[in-house]
Amino acid sequence: MTAPVLELVGVRKSYGPIEILHGVDFALRAGEVHALIGENGAGKSTIMKIIGGFVAPSSGEVRLDGRPAAYRSGAEAEAAGVVVIHQEFNLAPDLTVAENIYLGRELGGLFLDHKAMRAGTQALLDELDSAIRPEARIRDLPVSDRQMVEIAKALSRNARVLIMDEPSAVLTHREVEVLFRQIERLRAQGVALLYTSHRLEEVTHLADRITVLRDGAVVRQALRGELTEDGMATAMVGRDLEDIYPAKRHHAGEVALELRGFSVPPLVKDISFTLKRGEVLGISGLVGSGRTELAEGLVGLRASTGEVRRNGVPVRIASVREAAAQGMAYLTEDRKERGLLLDKTLRENLTLSTLPRFGAPFISAAREEEALTKAIADFDIRAPRRDLRVGNLSGGNQQKLLLAKTMLSDPEVVIIDEPTRGIDVGTKSQIYAFIDALAGEGKSVIVISSDMPEILGLSDRVLVMRQGRIAGELSGERISETDVVRLVMGTSEDAAGDAAQGSVTKGNTAEGSVHV
Amino acid sequence: MSDAVIQSAAGRRLPSLSALGPLLALILLVVLGASLNDNFLSAGNVTNVLARSAFIGMIAVGMTFVITSGGLDLSVGSMAAFIAGVMILGMNALLPAMGVGVPLVLAGMGIALGVGLLAGLGNGLLVTKARIEPFIVTLGTMGIFRSLVTWLADGGTISLDFGVRQLYRPVYYSGLFGIAWPIIVFAIVAIAGQVAMRHTRFGRYCEAIGSNDKVALYSAVNVERIRLLTYVLLGLLVGLATIMYVPRLGSASGSTGMLWELEAIAAVIIGGTALKGGYGRVWGTVVGVLILSLIDNILILADLVSPYLNGTIQGVIIVFAVVLQRGKSSSA
Ligand SMILES: Nc1ncnc2c1ncn2[C@@H]1O[C@H](COP(=O)(O)OP(=O)(O)OP(=O)(O)O)[C@@H](O)[C@H]1O
Ligand SMILES: [Mg+2]
Repeated sequence: MTAPVLELVGVRKSYGPIEILHGVDFALRAGEVHALIGENGAGKSTIMKIIGGFVAPSSGEVRLDGRPAAYRSGAEAEAAGVVVIHQEFNLAPDLTVAENIYLGRELGGLFLDHKAMRAGTQALLDELDSAIRPEARIRDLPVSDRQMVEIAKALSRNARVLIMDEPSAVLTHREVEVLFRQIERLRAQGVALLYTSHRLEEVTHLADRITVLRDGAVVRQALRGELTEDGMATAMVGRDLEDIYPAKRHHAGEVALELRGFSVPPLVKDISFTLKRGEVLGISGLVGSGRTELAEGLVGLRASTGEVRRNGVPVRIASVREAAAQGMAYLTEDRKERGLLLDKTLRENLTLSTLPRFGAPFISAAREEEALTKAIADFDIRAPRRDLRVGNLSGGNQQKLLLAKTMLSDPEVVIIDEPTRGIDVGTKSQIYAFIDALAGEGKSVIVISSDMPEILGLSDRVLVMRQGRIAGELSGERISETDVVRLVMGTSEDAAGDAAQGSVTKGNTAEGSVHV
Repeated sequence: MSDAVIQSAAGRRLPSLSALGPLLALILLVVLGASLNDNFLSAGNVTNVLARSAFIGMIAVGMTFVITSGGLDLSVGSMAAFIAGVMILGMNALLPAMGVGVPLVLAGMGIALGVGLLAGLGNGLLVTKARIEPFIVTLGTMGIFRSLVTWLADGGTISLDFGVRQLYRPVYYSGLFGIAWPIIVFAIVAIAGQVAMRHTRFGRYCEAIGSNDKVALYSAVNVERIRLLTYVLLGLLVGLATIMYVPRLGSASGSTGMLWELEAIAAVIIGGTALKGGYGRVWGTVVGVLILSLIDNILILADLVSPYLNGTIQGVIIVFAVVLQRGKSSSA
């Protein structure tokens, strides 16, 4: 066994009086992928930030080649060959892709050599099979592209140790495959890699070594092949998990929402469908197929044309307020930029969209606190402190808070965009049970998801979108992975063949672990 | 995370050290002033300082809401001059018809509030509907108002009729229970502002919009209307400040309200409101205003440093306040 490149020895971290890492030890070796898994809030991101020099441990140390490596900044760590791909994007939104990639080590002398930097960026992006333009501004890119830029940036740094915090969470299936190829290339070159993901099949596929973290302590270490996905889930959660998808119900009621010839220019065209009470409607499709645009058009966040009927009555919805008045709510996929105020507390975030209910003219802080107490209990939000800024919550707990915020308006029609992005298995099953309970109460739920098992497991009916149009609809027995994938990719036999191949993570066909 | 610690109710927290910073500075200044000059704490001097703070103070309270929601208004100083000019001309014009009397003064006040409202509405509409940067919009209107008042005054001074002035004077010079009217009005504005920022939807929405306007939009907040309202509110408060200011001199000219915008913005920042928006502290603004006028007052009374260095000292304090703010956000 090779000597470890990077080692954590008794690493502890406290914020104020609360300790969130209780003495963590593990080691990364050259040419190995080490997976770090654990529930939301277990402390994975914190460990990665400590390694990367972004956060200082309260005690214990990180060693590189056996020597203490207490970097005081990310730049210092990078200079030593320790590079981090963050869960929160670390890109300058107003700079271009190329400018971001070369940030801090620009080419050229007195004057910048823009041409060389563009060419270098292009080469990197080509290696990643990505169509992103080096001149594009980060602000204008969708989240998955931003993640690819992060990855390209990290790859350009010639890392000896590469730390990846949920890099695949926002990527499409194809992009994940590209990422995996790069990871395998780096492993072969002898880079030491640390990887987190809530998609356990990825861990099975990639990891040579697994460390399971629970409540800030290492509870299990294993080598490749020693842990099944169920075993990982059990170790993470500390108890056995039953089937995470609830049994589907099929007694849908009257039509709650009907769309005819609904368009959201420029992408989404001529959408027609109905949604019944008590029904879960899944919307599948590639990233960029117009699913989010459709949802945003529906709740008045984008201009739209066509006919919308709510309980049979034609309605015009031009703003989120009007949508709320119609009992409709949308939970965004972009929780950091559109969902939550990261520098505000849980309470202020929870009540923001339903503030009029908390008293006029004066807001009743007591009623807000009451609502927060209830939300924390109902949605199992785990915050070390109640008055924490939301930006300091772990990713998964942010998502739960966003869900709680959306549900506070008691909507009749809920559109949830990527409900479980970055969420651990245990919480996933909680959220699924929650969606199921909503349908059980006679509410209508639309789930937009890039996670194939989720679409298959939750939906009573599935709409598949392609290039802004509905490519097909599947219901009941017809909802199968092959059919959905065929519609997602296009109906011709060739394309379907392609899709089937591209859709399955290696060696895991039966369990349907596809991320389209 | 079974051992997650969640307090059952949020206890009332004490303000953090950086929030108390401006307050400590204010206390320090009072102590310094008192030790340098015996007259400093006399009723006359205290009234003088507070009454002179009142104009900038009312404007700064409005400015707090504009800045908190991510905006800025550079036009308030020239807006005050313009309002004063129109108000005086209006009262002089109405004089033959209405005669000297309370109704005429009330009409003048109405004009001031009306013009303030329209001016704020203009700024607000240009920012929200035409989607022009607030800095650019108000830089433009700053020049416009200033030139309009100079034009109205024909390069000189617009003076209120002598008889009316006698009637109107007490609004600045007298008061209730020995407290001057401007101080009373300022106190009411400040308290109402503090309550609005902390305990009403309007204040909460201002903070949300300044923190991230996309999130606010996705959370069913009427972002444009709230933004517009902050400028209208500020315009009204500039009108109110002018109402209290005009009886002091009874005239307006091209140099009335000069640099008020900078003093108001400085007070807001010293008080701990984030310049980039997202967090507003009205009581801090009040402290900021008092700090600025105390420096002025102490320099004049103490005769230690030339009063011409007032701007230097204020500048140092502003920079220092921002450094304090930065320290706060990086430690969080
Ligand atoms: N600045 C901070 N102050 C207080 N608590 C913090 C701070 N930063 C993080 N925490 C807490 O530390 C814990 C660990 O967070 P971390 O982000 O490491 O979790 P994670 O394992 O990455 O979770 P996820 O899977 O949801 O991303 C969480 O409970 C979080 O709220
Ligand atoms: Mg994390």
